[in-house]
Amino acid sequence: MKLREIAELLNCEVLVGEKFLDREVKYAFGSDLMSDVLAYTEEDTVLLTGLCNNQVIRTAEMLDLKSIVFVRGKCPTEEIVNLAKEDDILILRTEHTMYSASGILYSHGLQGTAI
Amino acid sequence: MILARDNNDVAMMKDFEVTTDDFSSAGIASSKIKKILRQIGLESSVIRRIAIATYEAEINVAIHSVGGKIEVYIKSDKVEIFVEDNGPGIADVNLAMQKGYSTATKEIRELGFGAGMGLPNMEKCSDEFHIESEVDQYTAIKMIFTL
Repeated sequence: MKLREIAELLNCEVLVGEKFLDREVKYAFGSDLMSDVLAYTEEDTVLLTGLCNNQVIRTAEMLDLKSIVFVRGKCPTEEIVNLAKEDDILILRTEHTMYSASGILYSHGLQGTAI
Repeated sequence: MILARDNNDVAMMKDFEVTTDDFSSAGIASSKIKKILRQIGLESSVIRRIAIATYEAEINVAIHSVGGKIEVYIKSDKVEIFVEDNGPGIADVNLAMQKGYSTATKEIRELGFGAGMGLPNMEKCSDEFHIESEVDQYTAIKMIFTL
């Protein structure tokens, strides 16, 4: 699924990395625990999280993830957004909860990762 | 030096301090290491494994220890990562290696870590994994990644 479609389906605000909206992802993974994200995430994955700190970006950087969706209306600080900019990561923000956001994406065909 | 270094065939060696005063800066060393490996032109899948394992180790040093360091040895056929801290050490290493076991505080969990997946994930990502620890002294990890 194109990141642009994800942004539209979840009524996202694009915080940084608009030029990457045409990238494709195969899977989505939702978690507030970066430990689990690090243990279970494949490369072509969009990360959904309600955690809002630098380590979310660092985690995505290490895993070569290209996009993060902050759920529940969480608003990352300027420092977090700048870190994402350095790493060429698209940052989206949605008012949906993790459950609703996951449900919307899943019902439109975006699969979860097998663990 | 706790786990022995082999200085033969070292194309590049880098070392990084890991401080524990500011959790938001944890991951800077791993980020630098990843960029170096990318500049060298290693295969992306091995870079990814090294980055994940090194970052897990760096987070552990940042949240559990009083401070430590990471050393990277790049050789013709492998990358070796040494991570050492200055305590407090791990009382039962076998227990610490179990998926889901963690001594992390509630505060650490609120920061997104402490699920008890760090050490098992380091072992999973690396081709060789060694750990030793002495209570009140140190924890030392050696990871080898075959190129």
